[in-house]
Amino acid sequence: MNSWDLWWWVILPYLALVTFVVGHIWRWRYDQFGWTSRSTQLQEGRLLKWGGPLFHYGAFAAIAGHVLGILVPESFTRRLGIPENTYRWFSSVGGTVAALAVLAGVAVLAFRRTTVPRVRATTSPVDWLALILLAVVIVLGVIPTLGINLFGAGYDYRRSVSLWFRGLFAGNPDVPAITHAPLIYQVHATAAWAILAVWPFTRLVHAWSLPLWYLWRPYVLYRRRVPAHPAEPGTGGRRWRRIGVRY
Amino acid sequence: MKVMAQVAMVMNLDKCIGCHTCSVTCKQTWTNRPGTEYVWFNNVETKPGAGYPRRYEDQEKWKGGWTLDRRGRLRLKAGGRLRKLLTLFHNPDMPSLDDFYEPWTYDYQSLTTAPLSDTFPSARPKSQLTGRDMRPVHGPNWDDDLAGAAEYAAADPNLRGLAERVRLEFEHTFMFYLPRICEHCLNPSCVASCPSGAMYKREEDGIVLVDEDRCRGWRFCVSGCPYKKVYFNHRTGKAEKCTFCYPRIEAGQPTICAETCVGRLRHLGVMLYDADAVLDAASVQDDKDLYEAQLSVFLDPHEDWVREAAARDGIAHDWIEAARRSPVYALIKEHRVALPLHPEYRTMPMVWYVPPLSPVADAVHATGYHDDDPDRIFAAIDALRIPVEYLANLFTAGDTAVVEGVLRKLTAMRGHMRAKQLGDPADRRLLERAGATADGVEDLYRLLAVAKYDERYVIPKTHAEGSGALMAQHCSLDRPGGVADLASHDEVDPAPPELPGLAAPGGGAHFRDSDGQVRFNLLGWNGSAPAPGLFGGTEGSAP
Repeated sequence: MNSWDLWWWVILPYLALVTFVVGHIWRWRYDQFGWTSRSTQLQEGRLLKWGGPLFHYGAFAAIAGHVLGILVPESFTRRLGIPENTYRWFSSVGGTVAALAVLAGVAVLAFRRTTVPRVRATTSPVDWLALILLAVVIVLGVIPTLGINLFGAGYDYRRSVSLWFRGLFAGNPDVPAITHAPLIYQVHATAAWAILAVWPFTRLVHAWSLPLWYLWRPYVLYRRRVPAHPAEPGTGGRRWRRIGVRY
Repeated sequence: MKVMAQVAMVMNLDKCIGCHTCSVTCKQTWTNRPGTEYVWFNNVETKPGAGYPRRYEDQEKWKGGWTLDRRGRLRLKAGGRLRKLLTLFHNPDMPSLDDFYEPWTYDYQSLTTAPLSDTFPSARPKSQLTGRDMRPVHGPNWDDDLAGAAEYAAADPNLRGLAERVRLEFEHTFMFYLPRICEHCLNPSCVASCPSGAMYKREEDGIVLVDEDRCRGWRFCVSGCPYKKVYFNHRTGKAEKCTFCYPRIEAGQPTICAETCVGRLRHLGVMLYDADAVLDAASVQDDKDLYEAQLSVFLDPHEDWVREAAARDGIAHDWIEAARRSPVYALIKEHRVALPLHPEYRTMPMVWYVPPLSPVADAVHATGYHDDDPDRIFAAIDALRIPVEYLANLFTAGDTAVVEGVLRKLTAMRGHMRAKQLGDPADRRLLERAGATADGVEDLYRLLAVAKYDERYVIPKTHAEGSGALMAQHCSLDRPGGVADLASHDEVDPAPPELPGLAAPGGGAHFRDSDGQVRFNLLGWNGSAPAPGLFGGTEGSAP
């Protein structure tokens, strides 16, 4: 393991994680007003009708697949009595369905965002950054899922990428495990860290606001009038400039 | 039983001249910002007409408001909670911007910068969404005064059930204006639709508001409101709606739309209601019973037991007194001339309307009869089936008897007051047939015609006595021994120690910071004298 590997596979991931955590705390405390999905359904609905659900539900499936493949150790599924071959077929087919949904969804959404003038006008630079990183991660995630594990010879990432990834959280990352993985997995992982690092500063924060509470809360809410601190002059109530919005 | 207070509004449509002053002043106050160009918290529609957004009243399409399920229970028309969460990424019932209109401005600069030419320069319309050239094809009052009625008025969902033949005839004879704001419903479906729980109804005055800090832009309030009075700010990605000008209401002032109304047709006042009875009232089986059901929810502030119950439930004395003087209560419950807009949405709206009589009276005039001939005008009300049915579709879920009753009473009021002012003998038959008394219609006349500012707007101020401490920016007063600490007022506050080196206009030499420390006040410091305690020091350590 040389210093480059150490930097790339240990220090950068930890920096990204710290940025992710601290950034979210900061954004939550200082920018509740900017914390939104920034939906553009008002401006355009026909493409969103397909792109939005495809992308989001595909992403949920993909995240679930990552949890299964990366966070759950191989020894655990083996102890459950799931043979390697079954796992591989399940993950390839499930992964392929998720990959196609995400790919189709993001294609529609990217087309929409770049070509529909009304939507394009609402897009801030940090939105473009998040969109490009997402596109990179998705494309580089779909290629090995389809190209290697479905049609190709297969690659057992659970013995390389997973070990390194879990090791990061155990405080003992297995750097050789990732450096010996195919390049496409390495770029995919790096782009994923980049997304985590910019996550708190983009509209991606809306992911944490999935309103599950709605399922059991009372329909009509009452609140008492609460006097609030007056805003500092000229800040519009925000102590920091709003993030990710051009206006 | 839980008594709650609601600041409500009644608009007398007979007096609306469609000048849009309310819309303009509201827009200047609340929505003249980027992202809200297309937003009109207050808009004035010509009826019959498509409305804004177009055909918003067609709930079979937009699925706003509530409905009863097969077992008779109240359900959101757009579906249950799980369905909402599953359609989070694309709300199938959301109107698009084109259903409102694409906002635009004009390239005025070209008028002054255009080179000398034989032709006049023109200011081209530019989209306020994209900055590109555009062709305006719709606006918030595109069908004002029945403009393009053949196309737009025919699209009015309230014309359902009215025969084509009559409709065309009626288009040539009948039109009125409908100013609309948020209804601040007792059973708000927008609040119920908000997955984030960002929308709420204020306990003190019933105003429905959006907590912009908790709104996550899921958009279900927009589709959940059957009146389409929650809007999506396309720049901030947050919901916004009519606030009932709550800062003004809190200060005892009328809303901007009411304050600036040229026709003085808006009335504001307090309604007391039983919050526990709202759900049952909104769940009555027949749509036509909803008007009476909502009336039954309102409590009579003239009754002792209501006042006692209100006081028990924490409503302040001056609010109860204001409820007794409420012009809104008088018009809705005592005179029963105000009606809710689309009660069939089951949201229990709290902005009510006195239906317009003038178009009916005009029609009678046109036939050469006086509108104080009770037989004639009552016959005309009956004969003018279309307006009454149309009004019934708007205000009573189709129950024409209620609308007719209101129009009869308004007619009787006119006839009675005309006779009185001309010195003619009072026509008791006229009043009897309208189910009214002379005192009643005279009071109604006073309210609708001559009521002054103080009578039209009876708005008690918000009780904010305890909020001063929280509002203070630099020194908290509610610390032990502080100004807001009532327990400490028995003893004399120890005067903070004098500090040297300052002539302090507008403030003391020092102040107590929120952490309890006494700090030097830089305001008024001459800059050269010592500034002890600049970085704080406890009371004891300050010199």
